Amino acid sequence: MKTVYLDNNATSQVAPEVLEAMLPYFRDLYGNPSSMHTFGGQVAQSVAEGREQLAELLGASPDEILFTSCGSESDNTALLSAVRSQPEKRHIITTRVEHPAILAPCQNLEREGYRVTYLGVDSRGRLNLDEYAEALDDDTAIVSVMTANNETGNIYPIAKLAEMAREKGALFHTDAVQAVGKVDMRLHDMPVDFLSLSGHKLHAPKGIGALYIRKGVRFRPFLRGGHQERGRRAGTENVPYIVGLGVAAQLARRNMQCEQVEVAALRDRLEQGLLAAVPDCMVNGDVENRLPNTSNIAFRNVEGEAILLLLDRLGICASSGSACTSGSLEPSHVLRAMGVPFNYAHGSVRLSLSRYTTREEVDYVVREFPGVIAQLRAISPFK
Amino acid sequence: MWNYTQKVHEHFLSPHNAGALEDANAIGEVGSLACGDALKLYLKISDEGVIQKAGFETFGCASAIASSSVLTDLVLGMHVDEALKITNRQIAEALGGLPKEKMHCSVMGQEALEAAIRNWKGEPAMSHAHEEGRLVCKCFGVTDQQIIRTIRENGLKTLEEVTQYTKAGGACGDCLDQIAEILAGELGKTPRQELRPAPRRMTNVQRMQLVMRAIDEEIRPRLATDGGDIELVDVDGPRVVVALRGRCSQCRSSHVTIKDLVEKQLREHVSPDIIVEEA
Repeated sequence: MKTVYLDNNATSQVAPEVLEAMLPYFRDLYGNPSSMHTFGGQVAQSVAEGREQLAELLGASPDEILFTSCGSESDNTALLSAVRSQPEKRHIITTRVEHPAILAPCQNLEREGYRVTYLGVDSRGRLNLDEYAEALDDDTAIVSVMTANNETGNIYPIAKLAEMAREKGALFHTDAVQAVGKVDMRLHDMPVDFLSLSGHKLHAPKGIGALYIRKGVRFRPFLRGGHQERGRRAGTENVPYIVGLGVAAQLARRNMQCEQVEVAALRDRLEQGLLAAVPDCMVNGDVENRLPNTSNIAFRNVEGEAILLLLDRLGICASSGSACTSGSLEPSHVLRAMGVPFNYAHGSVRLSLSRYTTREEVDYVVREFPGVIAQLRAISPFK
Repeated sequence: MWNYTQKVHEHFLSPHNAGALEDANAIGEVGSLACGDALKLYLKISDEGVIQKAGFETFGCASAIASSSVLTDLVLGMHVDEALKITNRQIAEALGGLPKEKMHCSVMGQEALEAAIRNWKGEPAMSHAHEEGRLVCKCFGVTDQQIIRTIRENGLKTLEEVTQYTKAGGACGDCLDQIAEILAGELGKTPRQELRPAPRRMTNVQRMQLVMRAIDEEIRPRLATDGGDIELVDVDGPRVVVALRGRCSQCRSSHVTIKDLVEKQLREHVSPDIIVEEA
């Protein structure tokens, strides 16, 4: 059976060009870029090149890029650096729809005595700028708002939010893990101080991430014990993965138009097809303002895990915000923050495409999906 | 991904006895949409008390559907007295086991079976445990007696297990301390009395007086700090109808105030079954 992979917000396929570029660094060029000998030293050039390629995608300078192991490390590093470098400030602003890599460290800081404001969202997942303006004060050390939400794909007005933070003297971080490669980032045109990204969401492998740190922003390392990354992150550079992320960034820049136009058209074809074929379903999120690849659809009175397992039998990979899929007992915190009714929240399915998704795959899903919902609704006590 | 057994997969993909039973004379319903799983069990029971037919409708994950399906297999041909002895463990074992996090699905099956048989006997739908227990988990509506029963039948040892088996404490977590206390009571050999004595029934007059006092002493002063006020409109059994006044009446989060402040306070000071509604 063919696999139809519509779970690209969870992780994405490594681009063949990326894999190709990485292989020599496992096989032959395995040196340590810090070594004095030429064999090691020569790969430092490859690391520098990866840094340049990534900086170019972000509209940043290479020396503003710090390589990390993943998006979560970048998120944690940014938050902790911001609070440790401004010990006099005791307030943090974030949102209720952030990734756990932001929410969990915030909750931890709360236990240490920090005040954290979690901004709410409306039923479409949008922030209220007045509420944000009110929350900002002289005590605010950092504001952290994601560029795009992993579940709904909602895009947040980062440039505006960052400007407001700067006016109040607060640092601004954005978790752009889902957005990089799909949304055009011109970091030098907006007062964002930190940005987190992850390689495996943009066709690089898992295990590599990066943190953008605006030039001039005070920084406190998270990992200590080595001079790598100009003393900002200890640990021998993950050379093959840095090379891979660089190539992935280059490809993302080249394919930005494709992501925004062609992938969006396929996503719309999928979404419209499903909405037309299945009764009692709705789209979660801000339809006019979301990632081009993401669709989050809630099906009334069916449960998400059951949907996913039946889709799995058809070779279709998706994910769900239902309680049962996570082993937790409540539906996703994002859908709850949006106030999605329970009879829809438990039956929400996220479909996330990539530039490798084909029209044939989309049509196959539109053909097969309605039967799955009908099968589950037939045995549901709620009609 | 869950490590489901082959049996769970089989029962989920081709459930046995799925669907409503037209000629059922016993129906048991447990769970709700809000909880994320619900089971409606249909039985046809002979005058002699033998279960002749079974059917089910389930909203829930694969293990909820599989638990319902295997339950109908288990009870077919059984006398109700025997059926009442079925434990959630037997349901889970019939499926070759369930992941710990999914054990609550087997508990749901056992509860639906009990509810259906009570329905056939003409007894109230609520089980003994529900009726006399003290509500511990407000999110999922779990009483201390249900928790105690599940701890005993499954030999549970940790707080986490209690949540996995009963769902209690799995949402807001406010009741985790209470559950820990119940668990400690069960684990420590101190023989707790079998059933907590049912709380004395409150008369309507008593209830009304307590509501009024809680509003005057606990709720009004807090609303006043935000320039708001509250008016008691009606008390009808556990239903308390109020109207928010002053700044609260224009507040967009008034429903949050009702739930988080008014209802919480009244549940604490009057009785845990209070439901507050806005006039």
